Amino acid sequence: MTTTIQPLERPKVGRLVDEFEYGLDAPICLTWELTYACNLACVHCLSSSGRRDPRELTTAEAKALIDEFERMQIFYVNIGGGEPTIRPDFWELLDYAVEHHVGVKFSTNGFRITKERAERLAATDYVDVQISLDGATAEVNDAVRGAGTYDAAMRAMTHLQAAGMQDFKISVVCTRHNIDQLDDFKAIADRFGAQLRLTRLRPSGRGADVWGELRPLPEQQRQLYDWLVAHGEGVLTGDSFFHLSAFGEALPGLNLCGAGRVVCLVDPVGDVYACPFAIHDTFLAGNIRDLGFDRVWKESPLFLELRSPQTGGACTKCSAYDSCRGGCMAAKFFTGLPLDGPDPECVKGNGDIPLAGVAAGTRPSPSQDHSHTGPVHNQPIPLTLMPTRLTSRPDRSCDEDPLVGFAGAGAGRETADRG
Amino acid sequence: MLTEAWQLSGSVSLRPERFGALAYDFRTRRLSFLKTPTLVDVVRRLGDSPTVLDALTGAGVDASQQAAYVRALSGLATSGLLVPQHPSPSAPVSVPAASQEGP
Repeated sequence: MTTTIQPLERPKVGRLVDEFEYGLDAPICLTWELTYACNLACVHCLSSSGRRDPRELTTAEAKALIDEFERMQIFYVNIGGGEPTIRPDFWELLDYAVEHHVGVKFSTNGFRITKERAERLAATDYVDVQISLDGATAEVNDAVRGAGTYDAAMRAMTHLQAAGMQDFKISVVCTRHNIDQLDDFKAIADRFGAQLRLTRLRPSGRGADVWGELRPLPEQQRQLYDWLVAHGEGVLTGDSFFHLSAFGEALPGLNLCGAGRVVCLVDPVGDVYACPFAIHDTFLAGNIRDLGFDRVWKESPLFLELRSPQTGGACTKCSAYDSCRGGCMAAKFFTGLPLDGPDPECVKGNGDIPLAGVAAGTRPSPSQDHSHTGPVHNQPIPLTLMPTRLTSRPDRSCDEDPLVGFAGAGAGRETADRG
Repeated sequence: MLTEAWQLSGSVSLRPERFGALAYDFRTRRLSFLKTPTLVDVVRRLGDSPTVLDALTGAGVDASQQAAYVRALSGLATSGLLVPQHPSPSAPVSVPAASQEGP
Protein backbone atom coordinates (compact mmCIF):
# COMPACT_ATOMS: atom_id res chain seq x y z
CA MET A 1 0.00 0.00 0.00
CA THR A 2 1.14 3.53 -0.61
CA THR A 3 0.25 6.75 1.03
CA THR A 4 0.30 10.23 -0.38
CA ILE A 5 2.12 11.77 2.54
CA GLN A 6 5.64 10.61 3.16
CA PRO A 7 7.49 11.15 6.40
CA LEU A 8 9.98 13.98 6.21
CA GLU A 9 13.53 13.16 5.44
CA ARG A 10 15.29 13.35 8.75
CA PRO A 11 18.60 14.87 9.54
CA LYS A 12 21.40 12.67 10.87
CA VAL A 13 20.71 11.27 14.31
CA GLY A 14 20.97 14.09 16.78
CA ARG A 15 20.02 14.73 20.38
CA LEU A 16 17.54 12.23 21.76
CA VAL A 17 14.92 14.92 22.26
CA ASP A 18 15.19 15.94 18.59
CA GLU A 19 14.90 12.31 17.60
CA PHE A 20 11.67 12.04 19.58
CA GLU A 21 10.27 15.18 18.02
CA TYR A 22 10.54 13.48 14.64
CA GLY A 23 8.60 10.54 16.04
CA LEU A 24 9.40 6.84 16.39
CA ASP A 25 8.10 3.82 14.46
CA ALA A 26 6.05 2.83 17.49
CA PRO A 27 4.96 4.83 20.52
CA ILE A 28 7.01 4.72 23.70
CA CYS A 29 3.94 5.32 25.74
CA LEU A 30 0.51 4.29 24.62
CA THR A 31 -2.66 4.90 26.57
CA TRP A 32 -5.64 2.68 25.86
CA GLU A 33 -8.92 3.80 27.31
CA LEU A 34 -10.74 0.49 27.44
CA THR A 35 -14.21 1.79 28.14
CA TYR A 36 -16.06 5.04 28.64
CA ALA A 37 -18.16 3.32 31.29
CA CYS A 38 -17.47 4.47 34.83
CA ASN A 39 -19.03 3.97 38.23
CA LEU A 40 -17.95 7.49 39.18
CA ALA A 41 -18.48 10.98 37.81
CA CYS A 42 -15.28 12.84 38.69
CA VAL A 43 -15.68 16.53 37.97
CA HIS A 44 -12.40 16.78 36.03
CA CYS A 45 -12.61 13.55 33.95
CA LEU A 46 -10.41 14.13 30.92
CA SER A 47 -12.36 11.64 28.81
CA SER A 48 -15.85 12.79 29.91
CA SER A 49 -16.56 9.21 30.91
CA GLY A 50 -19.68 7.71 32.43
CA ARG A 51 -21.70 5.72 29.91
CA ARG A 52 -20.43 2.78 27.89
CA ASP A 53 -20.20 3.43 24.17
CA PRO A 54 -22.18 0.75 22.28
CA ARG A 55 -19.50 0.71 19.58
CA GLU A 56 -16.83 -0.38 22.08
CA LEU A 57 -14.19 -2.79 20.71
CA THR A 58 -15.17 -6.43 21.10
CA THR A 59 -13.01 -8.89 23.01
CA ALA A 60 -11.71 -10.29 19.72
CA GLU A 61 -10.87 -6.81 18.41
CA ALA A 62 -9.14 -5.93 21.66
CA LYS A 63 -7.04 -9.10 21.49
CA ALA A 64 -6.10 -8.39 17.86
CA LEU A 65 -4.96 -4.95 18.97
CA ILE A 66 -2.78 -6.50 21.68
CA ASP A 67 -1.28 -8.77 18.99
CA GLU A 68 -0.42 -5.66 17.02
CA PHE A 69 1.18 -4.03 20.08
CA GLU A 70 3.31 -7.14 20.48
CA ARG A 71 4.42 -7.04 16.85
CA MET A 72 5.35 -3.37 17.21
CA GLN A 73 7.28 -4.12 20.41
CA ILE A 74 5.21 -1.75 22.47
CA PHE A 75 6.51 -2.93 25.82
CA TYR A 76 3.61 -1.79 27.90
CA VAL A 77 0.33 0.04 27.61
CA ASN A 78 -1.37 2.32 30.07
CA ILE A 79 -4.93 1.12 30.35
CA GLY A 80 -7.57 3.49 31.60
CA GLY A 81 -11.12 4.54 30.92
CA GLY A 82 -13.64 5.17 32.29
CA GLU A 83 -13.06 2.54 34.89
CA PRO A 84 -11.40 -0.29 32.95
CA THR A 85 -12.31 -3.02 35.45
CA ILE A 86 -15.96 -2.49 34.56
CA ARG A 87 -15.45 -4.26 31.25
CA PRO A 88 -16.54 -7.86 31.85
CA ASP A 89 -13.52 -9.12 29.86
CA PHE A 90 -11.03 -6.84 31.63
CA TRP A 91 -9.19 -9.62 33.49
CA GLU A 92 -9.22 -11.81 30.40
CA LEU A 93 -7.62 -9.02 28.34
CA LEU A 94 -5.09 -8.39 31.09
CA ASP A 95 -4.04 -12.05 31.02
CA TYR A 96 -3.94 -12.01 27.24
CA ALA A 97 -1.65 -8.97 27.18
CA VAL A 98 0.72 -10.52 29.70
CA GLU A 99 0.84 -13.79 27.70
CA HIS A 100 1.78 -11.71 24.66
CA HIS A 101 4.58 -9.81 26.40
CA VAL A 102 2.72 -6.55 26.54
CA GLY A 103 3.01 -5.15 30.04
CA VAL A 104 0.00 -3.36 31.45
CA LYS A 105 -0.26 -0.48 33.83
CA PHE A 106 -3.88 0.18 34.52
CA SER A 107 -5.56 3.07 36.28
CA THR A 108 -8.44 2.41 38.59
CA ASN A 109 -10.48 4.10 41.27
CA GLY A 110 -9.92 0.96 43.35
CA PHE A 111 -13.55 0.02 43.99
CA ARG A 112 -13.06 -3.39 42.38
CA ILE A 113 -9.59 -4.20 43.71
CA THR A 114 -10.56 -6.88 46.19
CA LYS A 115 -8.17 -8.91 48.29
CA GLU A 116 -8.31 -11.75 45.74
CA ARG A 117 -7.71 -9.45 42.75
CA ALA A 118 -4.81 -7.79 44.56
CA GLU A 119 -3.18 -11.16 45.11
CA ARG A 120 -3.53 -12.00 41.45
CA LEU A 121 -2.08 -8.65 40.41
CA ALA A 122 0.88 -9.00 42.74
CA ALA A 123 1.72 -12.37 41.20
CA THR A 124 3.02 -11.01 37.89
CA ASP A 125 5.78 -8.53 37.06
CA TYR A 126 4.00 -7.57 33.89
CA VAL A 127 1.18 -5.73 35.62
CA ASP A 128 1.29 -2.44 37.42
CA VAL A 129 -1.61 -0.70 39.10
CA GLN A 130 -2.29 2.97 39.47
CA ILE A 131 -4.82 4.10 42.04
CA SER A 132 -6.35 7.52 41.47
CA LEU A 133 -6.39 9.79 44.49
CA ASP A 134 -6.92 13.53 44.19
CA GLY A 135 -6.79 14.50 47.83
CA ALA A 136 -4.66 13.34 50.75
CA THR A 137 -7.81 13.66 52.85
CA ALA A 138 -11.31 12.41 52.13
CA GLU A 139 -12.57 15.97 52.25
CA VAL A 140 -10.37 17.17 49.39
CA ASN A 141 -10.51 13.93 47.39
CA ASP A 142 -14.23 13.26 47.55
CA ALA A 143 -15.14 16.79 46.51
CA VAL A 144 -13.59 16.01 43.14
CA ARG A 145 -14.03 12.25 42.79
CA GLY A 146 -17.21 11.56 44.72
CA ALA A 147 -18.41 10.36 48.10
CA GLY A 148 -16.65 7.28 49.40
CA THR A 149 -13.89 7.35 46.78
CA TYR A 150 -11.13 8.15 49.27
CA ASP A 151 -12.06 5.17 51.40
CA ALA A 152 -12.28 2.92 48.34
CA ALA A 153 -8.80 3.95 47.22
CA MET A 154 -7.40 3.34 50.71
CA ARG A 155 -9.05 -0.09 50.83
CA ALA A 156 -7.58 -1.03 47.45
CA MET A 157 -4.12 0.11 48.52
CA THR A 158 -4.38 -1.88 51.73
CA HIS A 159 -5.20 -4.99 49.68
CA LEU A 160 -2.33 -4.37 47.27
CA GLN A 161 0.15 -3.85 50.07
CA ALA A 162 -1.05 -6.94 51.91
CA ALA A 163 -0.67 -8.96 48.71
CA GLY A 164 2.95 -7.85 48.45
CA MET A 165 2.51 -5.60 45.40
CA GLN A 166 5.63 -3.44 45.23
CA ASP A 167 5.81 0.09 43.90
CA PHE A 168 2.28 0.35 42.63
CA LYS A 169 1.39 3.92 41.75
CA ILE A 170 -0.75 6.50 43.49
CA SER A 171 -1.81 8.94 40.81
CA VAL A 172 -2.71 12.47 41.80
CA VAL A 173 -4.06 15.22 39.58
CA CYS A 174 -2.66 18.43 41.05
CA THR A 175 -5.28 21.02 41.93
CA ARG A 176 -5.57 24.24 43.86
CA HIS A 177 -6.88 22.25 46.82
CA ASN A 178 -4.22 19.56 47.05
CA ILE A 179 -0.96 21.40 46.30
CA ASP A 180 -0.57 21.97 50.04
CA GLN A 181 -0.91 18.20 50.56
CA LEU A 182 2.09 17.07 48.50
CA ASP A 183 4.02 15.95 51.58
CA ASP A 184 0.94 14.13 52.83
CA PHE A 185 0.56 12.30 49.50
CA LYS A 186 4.21 11.29 49.70
CA ALA A 187 3.66 10.00 53.23
CA ILE A 188 0.67 7.95 52.07
CA ALA A 189 2.72 6.49 49.21
CA ASP A 190 5.58 5.64 51.56
CA ARG A 191 3.18 4.06 54.02
CA PHE A 192 1.84 1.70 51.33
CA GLY A 193 5.20 0.98 49.68
CA ALA A 194 3.83 2.75 46.63
CA GLN A 195 5.25 5.33 44.28
CA LEU A 196 3.71 8.77 44.00
CA ARG A 197 2.78 10.09 40.59
CA LEU A 198 1.67 13.67 40.11
CA THR A 199 0.07 14.89 36.92
CA ARG A 200 -1.20 18.15 35.58
CA LEU A 201 -4.88 19.10 35.55
CA ARG A 202 -5.74 19.65 31.91
CA PRO A 203 -8.77 21.49 30.61
CA SER A 204 -9.74 18.32 28.71
CA GLY A 205 -13.11 16.57 28.81
CA ARG A 206 -15.11 17.66 31.85
CA GLY A 207 -11.86 19.17 33.07
CA ALA A 208 -12.66 22.14 30.84
CA ASP A 209 -15.66 22.96 33.04
CA VAL A 210 -13.69 23.10 36.29
CA TRP A 211 -10.21 24.06 35.12
CA GLY A 212 -10.64 27.71 36.06
CA GLU A 213 -11.62 26.80 39.61
CA LEU A 214 -9.34 23.84 40.23
CA ARG A 215 -6.09 24.69 38.48
CA PRO A 216 -3.24 25.60 40.81
CA LEU A 217 -2.79 29.33 41.43
CA PRO A 218 0.34 30.95 39.98
CA GLU A 219 2.20 30.88 43.33
CA GLN A 220 1.20 27.23 43.73
CA GLN A 221 2.83 26.44 40.37
CA ARG A 222 6.10 27.62 41.86
CA GLN A 223 5.45 25.62 45.01
CA LEU A 224 4.79 22.53 42.91
CA TYR A 225 7.92 23.09 40.82
CA ASP A 226 10.12 23.49 43.90
CA TRP A 227 8.63 20.36 45.40
CA LEU A 228 9.23 18.37 42.21
CA VAL A 229 12.83 19.58 41.98
CA ALA A 230 13.41 18.61 45.62
CA HIS A 231 12.03 15.10 45.05
CA GLY A 232 13.69 14.42 41.68
CA GLU A 233 13.16 11.03 40.08
CA GLY A 234 11.59 9.64 43.25
CA VAL A 235 8.26 11.07 42.16
CA LEU A 236 6.78 10.28 38.75
CA THR A 237 5.09 12.92 36.63
CA GLY A 238 4.50 11.32 33.23
CA ASP A 239 6.37 14.33 31.86
CA SER A 240 3.31 16.36 32.84
CA PHE A 241 4.98 19.50 34.02
CA PHE A 242 7.53 20.38 31.39
CA HIS A 243 5.89 23.81 31.13
CA LEU A 244 7.17 24.42 34.69
CA SER A 245 10.76 23.84 33.60
CA ALA A 246 10.74 27.49 32.54
CA PHE A 247 11.17 28.31 36.24
CA GLY A 248 14.77 27.13 36.01
CA GLU A 249 16.36 23.72 36.06
CA ALA A 250 14.59 21.14 33.88
CA LEU A 251 12.47 18.53 35.63
CA PRO A 252 13.29 14.82 35.16
CA GLY A 253 11.83 13.39 31.96
CA LEU A 254 11.90 14.15 28.27
CA ASN A 255 10.49 17.66 28.59
CA LEU A 256 8.74 17.73 25.29
CA CYS A 257 5.24 17.29 23.94
CA GLY A 258 5.16 13.68 22.81
CA ALA A 259 1.73 13.88 21.15
CA GLY A 260 1.69 11.80 17.97
CA ARG A 261 5.48 11.50 18.21
CA VAL A 262 6.12 9.08 21.05
CA VAL A 263 2.70 9.11 22.72
CA CYS A 264 -0.86 8.45 21.63
CA LEU A 265 -4.25 7.33 22.84
CA VAL A 266 -6.52 4.55 21.60
CA ASP A 267 -10.07 5.14 22.78
CA PRO A 268 -12.73 2.50 23.56
CA VAL A 269 -14.12 2.51 20.01
CA GLY A 270 -10.68 2.25 18.38
CA ASP A 271 -10.18 5.91 17.56
CA VAL A 272 -6.53 6.96 17.78
CA TYR A 273 -5.82 10.42 19.19
CA ALA A 274 -2.53 12.27 19.46
CA CYS A 275 -2.47 12.13 23.25
CA PRO A 276 -4.65 11.13 26.21
CA PHE A 277 -5.55 14.75 26.86
CA ALA A 278 -6.65 15.50 23.32
CA ILE A 279 -9.84 13.54 22.78
CA HIS A 280 -11.23 15.83 20.10
CA ASP A 281 -11.82 15.52 16.36
CA THR A 282 -8.98 17.98 15.75
CA PHE A 283 -6.50 15.42 17.10
CA LEU A 284 -8.11 12.27 15.70
CA ALA A 285 -5.60 10.38 13.56
CA GLY A 286 -7.79 7.49 12.44
CA ASN A 287 -9.49 4.33 13.63
CA ILE A 288 -7.88 0.93 14.11
CA ARG A 289 -10.96 -0.77 12.63
CA ASP A 290 -10.26 0.90 9.29
CA LEU A 291 -6.49 0.68 9.03
CA GLY A 292 -5.05 -1.19 11.98
CA PHE A 293 -3.07 0.62 14.65
CA ASP A 294 0.33 0.31 12.99
CA ARG A 295 -0.78 2.16 9.86
CA VAL A 296 -2.61 4.87 11.75
CA TRP A 297 0.50 5.47 13.83
CA LYS A 298 2.88 5.51 10.88
CA GLU A 299 0.79 7.10 8.16
CA SER A 300 -1.85 9.40 9.54
CA PRO A 301 -1.45 12.90 8.06
CA LEU A 302 -2.10 14.40 11.50
CA PHE A 303 0.74 12.48 13.12
CA LEU A 304 3.11 13.20 10.24
CA GLU A 305 2.32 16.86 10.67
CA LEU A 306 2.96 16.71 14.42
CA ARG A 307 6.33 15.11 13.67
CA SER A 308 7.36 17.87 11.31
CA PRO A 309 9.30 20.84 12.68
CA GLN A 310 7.06 23.18 14.68
CA THR A 311 7.56 26.91 14.62
CA GLY A 312 6.85 27.71 18.26
CA GLY A 313 5.43 31.06 17.16
CA ALA A 314 5.80 33.94 19.59
CA CYS A 315 7.32 31.60 22.19
CA THR A 316 10.57 31.21 20.26
CA LYS A 317 11.45 34.78 21.29
CA CYS A 318 11.26 33.80 24.96
CA SER A 319 14.42 32.88 26.86
CA ALA A 320 12.66 29.88 28.41
CA TYR A 321 11.51 28.30 25.15
CA ASP A 322 14.24 25.66 25.17
CA SER A 323 13.00 24.52 28.58
CA CYS A 324 9.25 24.54 28.16
CA ARG A 325 8.96 24.07 24.37
CA GLY A 326 5.82 26.17 24.43
CA GLY A 327 3.97 23.88 26.84
CA CYS A 328 1.03 21.57 26.39
CA MET A 329 -0.86 21.37 23.09
CA ALA A 330 -4.06 20.11 24.70
CA ALA A 331 -4.04 22.82 27.37
CA LYS A 332 -3.78 25.48 24.68
CA PHE A 333 -6.38 23.96 22.44
CA PHE A 334 -9.09 23.46 25.03
CA THR A 335 -8.66 26.96 26.43
CA GLY A 336 -9.04 28.41 22.95
CA LEU A 337 -5.41 29.47 22.54
CA PRO A 338 -3.40 29.10 19.32
CA LEU A 339 -1.16 26.03 19.34
CA ASP A 340 1.93 28.01 18.38
CA GLY A 341 1.60 30.43 21.29
CA PRO A 342 2.18 30.19 25.02
CA ASP A 343 0.67 27.62 27.34
CA PRO A 344 -2.29 29.02 29.34
CA GLU A 345 -0.27 28.33 32.48
CA CYS A 346 3.00 29.75 31.13
CA VAL A 347 5.07 30.50 34.23
CA LYS A 348 6.31 33.73 32.68
CA GLY A 349 2.71 34.89 32.56
CA ASN A 350 2.71 35.00 28.77
CA GLY A 351 -0.48 32.99 28.63
CA ASP A 352 -2.51 35.46 30.67
CA ILE A 353 -3.14 38.10 28.04
CA PRO A 354 -4.02 35.70 25.21
CA LEU A 355 -6.26 33.78 27.59
CA ALA A 356 -8.02 36.95 28.66
CA GLY A 357 -8.53 37.72 24.99
CA VAL A 358 -10.33 34.47 24.20
CA ALA A 359 -13.83 35.63 23.50
CA ALA A 360 -16.63 33.93 25.36
CA GLY A 361 -18.03 31.12 23.26
CA THR A 362 -14.94 30.58 21.16
CA ARG A 363 -13.39 27.76 23.12
CA PRO A 364 -13.65 24.46 21.23
CA SER A 365 -16.77 22.55 22.09
CA PRO A 366 -16.30 18.86 22.95
CA SER A 367 -16.51 16.37 20.08
CA GLN A 368 -18.07 13.78 22.34
CA ASP A 369 -19.40 13.32 25.84
CA HIS A 370 -20.08 10.03 27.61
CA SER A 371 -20.95 11.66 30.94
CA HIS A 372 -23.75 10.13 32.95
CA THR A 373 -26.99 11.87 32.15
CA GLY A 374 -28.73 11.11 35.44
CA PRO A 375 -27.67 11.14 39.06
CA VAL A 376 -24.71 8.95 40.03
CA HIS A 377 -24.49 7.03 43.27
CA ASN A 378 -21.32 8.72 44.56
CA GLN A 379 -21.62 11.98 42.70
CA PRO A 380 -19.07 14.60 43.81
CA ILE A 381 -20.49 17.52 45.75
CA PRO A 382 -17.90 20.17 45.12
CA LEU A 383 -19.67 23.12 46.68
CA THR A 384 -17.96 22.92 50.04
CA LEU A 385 -14.49 23.33 48.59
CA MET A 386 -14.85 25.09 45.34
CA PRO A 387 -16.05 28.60 44.91
CA THR A 388 -19.02 28.97 42.65
CA ARG A 389 -18.54 30.02 39.08
CA LEU A 390 -19.90 33.46 39.81
CA THR A 391 -17.17 34.30 42.25
CA SER A 392 -14.34 32.49 40.52
CA ARG A 393 -14.85 33.79 37.05
CA PRO A 394 -14.56 37.52 37.27
CA ASP A 395 -15.81 39.59 34.43
CA ARG A 396 -13.89 42.75 35.17
CA SER A 397 -10.23 43.12 34.36
CA CYS A 398 -9.42 44.52 37.80
CA ASP A 399 -10.42 41.28 39.49
CA GLU A 400 -7.75 39.02 40.94
CA ASP A 401 -7.75 36.32 38.32
CA PRO A 402 -6.13 37.13 34.99
CA LEU A 403 -8.50 34.79 33.23
CA VAL A 404 -11.02 37.48 32.62
CA GLY A 405 -13.62 36.56 30.08
CA PHE A 406 -12.65 32.92 30.24
CA ALA A 407 -16.14 31.83 31.25
CA GLY A 408 -18.51 30.35 28.79
CA ALA A 409 -18.26 27.39 26.48
CA GLY A 410 -19.95 27.41 23.15
CA ALA A 411 -19.67 26.74 19.47
CA GLY A 412 -16.12 25.75 18.78
CA ARG A 413 -13.26 26.59 16.57
CA GLU A 414 -13.10 24.04 13.80
CA THR A 415 -9.38 23.82 13.43
CA ALA A 416 -6.37 24.88 15.36
CA ASP A 417 -3.27 26.77 14.41
CA ARG A 418 -0.35 24.47 14.45
CA GLY A 419 2.39 26.78 13.26
CA MET B 1 34.36 -3.33 34.96
CA LEU B 2 36.47 -3.93 31.84
CA THR B 3 37.68 -7.32 32.99
CA GLU B 4 34.34 -8.47 34.35
CA ALA B 5 31.68 -10.59 32.66
CA TRP B 6 28.24 -8.99 32.30
CA GLN B 7 25.06 -9.68 30.36
CA LEU B 8 21.67 -8.19 29.58
CA SER B 9 19.16 -9.07 32.29
CA GLY B 10 16.65 -11.73 31.28
CA SER B 11 13.76 -9.42 32.17
CA VAL B 12 14.88 -6.74 29.69
CA SER B 13 13.69 -6.34 26.09
CA LEU B 14 15.38 -4.14 23.52
CA ARG B 15 13.55 -2.33 20.73
CA PRO B 16 15.89 -1.12 17.98
CA GLU B 17 15.55 2.58 17.12
CA ARG B 18 17.36 4.91 14.75
CA PHE B 19 19.24 6.50 17.65
CA GLY B 20 20.02 3.18 19.36
CA ALA B 21 17.38 1.27 21.28
CA LEU B 22 14.70 1.44 23.91
CA ALA B 23 15.29 -0.94 26.77
CA TYR B 24 12.41 -1.97 28.98
CA ASP B 25 12.80 -3.95 32.15
CA PHE B 26 9.60 -5.87 32.85
CA ARG B 27 10.70 -6.54 36.40
CA THR B 28 11.33 -2.95 37.48
CA ARG B 29 8.95 -1.51 34.83
CA ARG B 30 11.61 1.01 33.91
CA LEU B 31 12.27 2.27 30.43
CA SER B 32 15.78 3.36 29.48
CA PHE B 33 17.38 4.64 26.33
CA LEU B 34 20.51 3.23 24.78
CA LYS B 35 21.65 6.35 23.05
CA THR B 36 23.90 5.02 20.29
CA PRO B 37 23.74 2.00 17.94
CA THR B 38 27.24 1.06 19.05
CA LEU B 39 26.12 0.89 22.68
CA VAL B 40 23.30 -1.43 21.59
CA ASP B 41 25.83 -3.61 19.77
CA VAL B 42 28.04 -3.72 22.87
CA VAL B 43 25.11 -4.62 25.12
CA ARG B 44 24.00 -7.40 22.78
CA ARG B 45 27.53 -8.82 22.68
CA LEU B 46 28.05 -8.82 26.46
CA GLY B 47 26.40 -12.16 27.14
CA ASP B 48 28.64 -14.03 24.71
CA SER B 49 31.81 -12.23 25.74
CA PRO B 50 34.08 -13.37 28.55
CA THR B 51 34.77 -9.74 29.51
CA VAL B 52 33.33 -6.30 28.87
CA LEU B 53 36.55 -5.44 27.04
CA ASP B 54 35.93 -8.26 24.56
CA ALA B 55 32.45 -6.92 23.86
CA LEU B 56 33.79 -3.40 23.36
CA THR B 57 36.52 -4.61 21.02
CA GLY B 58 34.07 -6.79 19.11
CA ALA B 59 31.78 -3.80 18.58
CA GLY B 60 34.70 -1.73 17.28
CA VAL B 61 34.93 0.68 20.20
CA ASP B 62 38.43 2.11 20.18
CA ALA B 63 40.53 2.67 23.25
CA SER B 64 39.84 6.41 23.43
CA GLN B 65 36.11 5.78 23.82
CA GLN B 66 36.32 2.90 26.28
CA ALA B 67 35.93 5.02 29.40
CA ALA B 68 32.74 6.65 28.09
CA TYR B 69 31.25 3.27 27.23
CA VAL B 70 32.19 1.82 30.59
CA ARG B 71 30.41 4.76 32.25
CA ALA B 72 27.29 4.07 30.19
CA LEU B 73 27.42 0.33 30.95
CA SER B 74 27.92 1.03 34.66
CA GLY B 75 24.79 3.18 34.57
CA LEU B 76 22.85 0.35 32.97
CA ALA B 77 24.18 -2.05 35.59
CA THR B 78 23.14 0.27 38.41
CA SER B 79 19.59 0.36 37.11
CA GLY B 80 19.57 -3.41 36.81
CA LEU B 81 19.48 -3.71 33.01
CA LEU B 82 22.81 -5.48 33.05
CA VAL B 83 23.60 -8.26 35.48
CA PRO B 84 26.85 -10.12 36.18
CA GLN B 85 27.26 -13.36 34.27
CA HIS B 86 28.36 -14.75 37.62
CA PRO B 87 27.15 -12.85 40.66
CA SER B 88 29.86 -10.55 41.94
CA PRO B 89 30.08 -9.01 45.41
CA SER B 90 31.08 -5.57 44.15
CA ALA B 91 28.22 -3.57 42.72
CA PRO B 92 29.22 -0.81 40.31
CA VAL B 93 28.24 2.73 41.13
CA SER B 94 27.47 5.27 38.46
CA VAL B 95 24.90 7.65 37.05
CA PRO B 96 21.75 5.84 35.91
CA ALA B 97 20.76 6.01 32.26
CA ALA B 98 17.98 8.40 31.31
CA SER B 99 14.62 6.90 31.96
CA GLN B 100 11.02 7.82 31.58
CA GLU B 101 7.58 6.69 32.49
CA GLY B 102 4.52 7.58 30.55
CA PRO B 103 1.68 9.93 31.13
